[in-house]
Amino acid sequence: MDTMDQILAEHSFFDGFEPEMIQLIAGCASNCRFKAGEYLCREGDAADTFYLIRHGKVALEVAAPGRASVIVATLGEGEIVGSSWFVPPYRWLFDARAVELIRATRVNAKCLRDKCEADHHLGYEMVKSFLPILAKRLHATRLQTLDVYGSD
Amino acid sequence: MQAALPATDPFVPEIYRVKSVERELADVTTIEVEPLSGMRPAFLSGQFNMLYAFGIGEAAISISADLSSSKSFLHTIRNVGAVSSALTDLEVGATLGLRGPFGTGWPVTEAEGSDVLIVAGGLGLAPLRAAIHVILGRRERYGRVTILIGCRSPLDILYRNEIEQWRQRLDVAIEVTVDHADADWSGNVGVIPSLIPRTAFDANDCHAFVCGPEVMMRFTASALTEAGIGTDNIYVSMERNMKCAIGLCGRCQFGPSFVCKDGPVMQLDKIASSLFLREI
Repeated sequence: MDTMDQILAEHSFFDGFEPEMIQLIAGCASNCRFKAGEYLCREGDAADTFYLIRHGKVALEVAAPGRASVIVATLGEGEIVGSSWFVPPYRWLFDARAVELIRATRVNAKCLRDKCEADHHLGYEMVKSFLPILAKRLHATRLQTLDVYGSD
Repeated sequence: MQAALPATDPFVPEIYRVKSVERELADVTTIEVEPLSGMRPAFLSGQFNMLYAFGIGEAAISISADLSSSKSFLHTIRNVGAVSSALTDLEVGATLGLRGPFGTGWPVTEAEGSDVLIVAGGLGLAPLRAAIHVILGRRERYGRVTILIGCRSPLDILYRNEIEQWRQRLDVAIEVTVDHADADWSGNVGVIPSLIPRTAFDANDCHAFVCGPEVMMRFTASALTEAGIGTDNIYVSMERNMKCAIGLCGRCQFGPSFVCKDGPVMQLDKIASSLFLREI
């Protein structure tokens, strides 16, 4: 069976991380599973975790009164669910629902935040890895709002 | 792939009759047309015909299926203006003028032996459908075949029944993504370029065929090159307002090229400088 260090090291998010850093992060991580339909998190709850998806699809949703929730994005294998743990006030901004069976690695964000505070080198590596993901998602969201298929 | 011009005078439309009509979406219709006499000309997947609604005008419409054993052409048309409205209103038995086929086709033969990634956005699936038919018809000649489809919402998925048939095959991977969906949608939500990093292909030996709105094609092309596919292996189908369809009038000029004659299917490395130039 792979150790948590190995599991994290195989995830693309940690490409370029030094082994010592991965060991530090592994101390905050555990494996988890969600059945289809279960929620990984709910909007407004404390964002004290984030997830590295190893298998399955997760829908990020916004609840809308009087109608079905609206999916704003779907994330899959190799992607990260959750960035709110990094930004005060550390509250989830979306619901995240398992569309199918999810196998993931859960990272205790409170634990990791404390380690980043204590080791700014680790903190900077986390920022360098998270920022491109956030930038790509922002860009994708902007494209989504263009409604390019409306006039093709 | 370049095709020969029609044997007949390319300016003179042949008369075709509507054989069948299928309402695909609220504003999208597929018409099957066959010549009043004789056989329809051969065509390449990705080529287009000029369809003439009598008394109203002509529009370039891509050929949207490979019916190699049939004497018909299939055209999927979105109702966006006077000509397309007249064409989508045609009923079975009505006649129309047809010139073509014109332009270049998808390089389905050149892609043999390599992985194929087909990326269709919105109505862009129509010009790619004939290529998909060809590739799936001789599936053993290709490596991994993946079809990525993007559209506005689950209600706007073109050729839904056929996509479900393709999905049942075990030798083709299909992902559909939409811009907006309710929670009862179990597919992807997001833009097509975000699917590229999740897709398995050998970037060193992969042909990508891309068709959709130009903004979508531009960002998809960027995602494909970022994933390692060479620009000489990425093909896009360009759309411009076409008039003569044989490279004479200049209406569809795209940088140094004419979309009607040098396209619509164009190799990205030949047009990248124009595709990313906002003045064109």
